Parts: sequence; structure tokens; C-alpha cells
Amino acid sequence: MTSQRTLFQEFKKGIWAENPVIKMLLGMCPALAVTNSAVNGLAMGLASTFVVICSSAIVSIIRRFVPGGVRIPTYIIIIAGFVTLADLFLRAYFPVISKALGPYVPLIVVNCMIMGRAEFFASKHPVVPSILDALGTGTGFVWVLVVLGSIREILGSGSIFGVTLLSERIYTPWVVMILPAGAFLSLGLLIALINYLTQRRQGAH
Amino acid sequence: MKNSSPLGMILALTVTAVVIGAILAGFYQLVEPRIEANRLAEEKRAIFSVLEGAETYDVIEREVPSDKKGGEIIRIFRGLDADGRTVGYAFIAEGPGFAGIIRMMVGLNFDLETLSGLKVMEQVETPGLGNKIGEEKFEGQFKGVAIRPRIEYLKNKKPVKPNQIQAITGATISSKAVVDAINKRVETILSVLGPQAAAGEG
Repeated sequence: MTSQRTLFQEFKKGIWAENPVIKMLLGMCPALAVTNSAVNGLAMGLASTFVVICSSAIVSIIRRFVPGGVRIPTYIIIIAGFVTLADLFLRAYFPVISKALGPYVPLIVVNCMIMGRAEFFASKHPVVPSILDALGTGTGFVWVLVVLGSIREILGSGSIFGVTLLSERIYTPWVVMILPAGAFLSLGLLIALINYLTQRRQGAH
Repeated sequence: MKNSSPLGMILALTVTAVVIGAILAGFYQLVEPRIEANRLAEEKRAIFSVLEGAETYDVIEREVPSDKKGGEIIRIFRGLDADGRTVGYAFIAEGPGFAGIIRMMVGLNFDLETLSGLKVMEQVETPGLGNKIGEEKFEGQFKGVAIRPRIEYLKNKKPVKPNQIQAITGATISSKAVVDAINKRVETILSVLGPQAAAGEG
């Protein structure tokens, strides 16, 4: 591993080159399950970002004290702790969103994107790069979830962020887009499009 | 990687768990009143939305026999108008839907003959199909529906009898779940209210 990356690069890589969803295919469960509307995608993205930043910071701070044999259980306790904090916070201050996300907030615990950052990055790097790495990964997660949520909400409900774009009189919503099948279709096509564009750009050089 | 002695591993995990546990306990104490207030506010909104004309309500608590050992305590919200007359009773009904538990607030008119409203509070039915049980178009049908002999649903047909509603197209299971849960709960509620209401009229 070349340690000559600048801090900005640590932040930037998660947004595109090592994007958790479209490049590394991590965190598929929330990316598919809750993106039936843009606002749900945004809320899930932000909650996961909060958890990944906090847990990466703590994992990085304690990386010298945790014995290798129990590092994974330790990370899980830390991640579960922050997830519970996020869940309680949403229930107290954003009950509507909390209700819409339902059991998927507690399930952030098993989002492998967060575990991935803890295991592959934060446990081997100092605090500041770890936080920036987590922030970049979280940002990458948020934008993909919002894009997916928007595509599915526009096609499946004719609206975006709850604002009606296509009236039901001129447009019959494709219900399938807000069902699980729509999640797979949207994500698959999105990844295909991005890979196609990336390849074409590389081909041009 | 540090080599792992058993004692070190136990210590590391214990310390982590205790610290995280303490933080969570503290945060829970902090936000718990707010979460409870949200829950109550939602319950209150649901009660007033199914009891038209109610200005206030009081709570009747009764223990009824149930499958669970020791019976079950049910809460009935009696809606009162500005003059203190009973306008109806609201209660919570729940039952298994297509994907999970459906929980709703049901309003019963003071005459104990018809429903006065329905508000679905919790459901995880299929988006675009079953979750239409939470829409006004479906909920509204329960306003004024007769509960005797029991509420029935029709598929793709307009209701003809006063005790019928129309099921959501493509979501018969969700519609049936709502109707079944209400019918079942209404029986219990009537068994509690029956003698009381009769005594009040007689």
C-alpha cells in the first residue's frame, strides 16, 4: 500500500473510484431495500454516514489496544452502539422517517460497507485519514442511494422527494419500480451505465 | 497485529461493551421522553381522526381473557364532545397482514352499530398495492360501515350492503387482514362495552 496519498485523496476515492455501492458492491442490502423514494435513500445514506464516520474514528483510536483475535467482535459492538444511537435519534426527532425506514436502521449494523472501512482502513490508519476515508465512503453511499431513490420514485410514483412531477392522469406509475424487483433493475442498469461510460472514457485516451 | 492472550481479549471486549453500553443507556435516558411523546401524539391524532366531533377522550382499561396466559389489558378511548356526551369509542386493532403486523385505530359509533372511522398506524404492506390500506380512499370506506353481522369485503365490486367494503384491487390479502382484525377486535370491545352501554340507555 502506498502511503503517499494525500488526505484529500483519502476523502475523494470513496465518492467515485472506490464507491461502496457502484464500484465495490458493498452495502447492497440498504441500497436495494430502502431506496423506494429519494427521501428514504437520503435518510438511510446520512444515518449510515454518521455510523461509518464515528465507528471508523473509534476503531482507529483503539487500533493499538485491541487484540487481533477479538477485533471483529469489538468492531461490531462499536458499530452496533452507533447504530442504536442513530436509531434512537431518528425515533426521537424524525419519527416519520424512522417509521418509513423501519427495521432497516438497526440493520445498518450488518452493512458490510461500515465493517469494510473499519477492517481495511481504520484499523490500519491514524484517526484523521480514517475519518476522511469514512466521510468519502459515506458521501459516495449517500449520492448513489439518492440517485437510486430518485429514479425509482420518479418511475414508480411519479414524484421526487414527495413532490409530484408526473400527474397520474398522464402517467401510470410503474409500480414495479418501488418493489424489490425495481431496486435490482435500477441498480443493475446504473452500474452498467457507469461501467460503460468509464470504459469508453478509458478507451478514448 | 498484537498477539492475543485470552485475558487481553476478554478485557478488550468487556471494556468496549461496558463503555458502549453506558453511552447508550445515557442517551436513551435523554431521548426516551421524546420518543414516548411522539408515540402518544400519534395515538392522539389517530383517536381524533376516527372519532368525529370528539373534543376530549378518556381511557377505559379492562382485562379481557385472551390466548396469552393471564389475559390481556385492552384500552378503549371514549370520545366526548363539548357537552360531555359520548360520541364513540376508539380502540386499537392489530393483526397479521401480507408482510407484517398491521396496527390501526378503529372508531366505533356510540350506538355500537357502525364504525366511525379507521386510521392505519403501522403497516409494511407492499408499496403500491397493499399499502393502499393506509390511504383515505380505503380507510374512508369504513366510516359508517355496519358491524353486524360482521364486516365483509367484496372484490372488484361496489358494496351493496351496509356491512360491506370494497377490497383493494390486487391486495385482497391486505384488505382481508384489515377486515379480519377489526371484526375480531369489535367482538372483544362489544363484550366489554355491551352491558355498560345498555345500562346507560336503559
